[in-house]
Amino acid sequence: MNKRTSALKAAFPLTIPVMTGYLVLGAAFGILMNSKGYSYFWTIFASLFIYAGSMQFVAVSLLTMGFHPFYACMMTLMVNARHLFYGVSMLSKFKGTGSYKPYLIFGLTDETFSVLCVAEPAEGVDKGKFMFFITLLNQIYWIVGSVLGCLLGSLIDFNTRGIDFVLTALFVVIFVNQWKAAKSHTPVLIGVGTSIVCRILFGAGKFIVPSMAVILLFVSFLQKKIDREVAK
Amino acid sequence: MNLTTGENFLFFGIISITTILIRFLPFLLFPENKKTPKYIEYLGRVLPFTIIGMLVVYCLKDVSVISYPFGLPEALAILVIIILHVWKSNTLLSIGVGTVLYMILLQFVF
Repeated sequence: MNKRTSALKAAFPLTIPVMTGYLVLGAAFGILMNSKGYSYFWTIFASLFIYAGSMQFVAVSLLTMGFHPFYACMMTLMVNARHLFYGVSMLSKFKGTGSYKPYLIFGLTDETFSVLCVAEPAEGVDKGKFMFFITLLNQIYWIVGSVLGCLLGSLIDFNTRGIDFVLTALFVVIFVNQWKAAKSHTPVLIGVGTSIVCRILFGAGKFIVPSMAVILLFVSFLQKKIDREVAK
Repeated sequence: MNLTTGENFLFFGIISITTILIRFLPFLLFPENKKTPKYIEYLGRVLPFTIIGMLVVYCLKDVSVISYPFGLPEALAILVIIILHVWKSNTLLSIGVGTVLYMILLQFVF
């Protein structure tokens, strides 16, 4: 078995939950674009080059407000600010992945990040190729989903209400795995606590940026304590 | 669709480029061939643990606990996922059962 096949085989099972979620959410995006009169071209364009689920949905609602490029840019900065954290978290993990690195960075969505966070390739499997395939498969699911959505349009009405919960479930499972593996529970508690408080204070649409700021403040302030616990 | 083709390219292009820029920024600021500051390395170790918690909250951001059904379907499904996952540690089982349970609760119970 060559290196590429073995990396693909190792990567695929880890992407199954993302596949379910992305096919459904991608289809929802396709249906939404279709309902606004956008053809396959723009749907595929968005899923190929933006590839940020929640931002693509926000983009559609921005479109209905007319053409405001500056506003679109500012909105993107706010909605996607959390990706800065993903990058900082992956600085060391992406080291030495060579020509795969730009795509790994480009494709770093919430779901891909959360899978990469805990995924370790088995011995003999190339790390770069392994992470590349996780990223690539996930984007393929997203694109296929959005094209399916265009195709189906509003023709078929499956009762899939609630199936997008699969992504919440994925994050909860990863949360449990991290909780079990973590030597210090302080960072986990900071993350959850801060986000909940900020959600209550700032509302559903505006809590991510303040959450990030407060999380940074807390983990910086507690660096010595956390480092001591993690180093054990 | 009220925008012209050019406006559409500009609109989707701006969102795409801004998203790409945000994703690349940390890697541009701290390239591989330079020593990453100790503080940033520390953040790299700690942030993954804080973010997953933030993502769970992010997924649940539109759930209201003060109006019906008070976030009960979400709470029950998450509780089952946690118990199942601590017990069996089978990712697909936990996600599958949790999601199906949630859909049943949402569609038939609440």
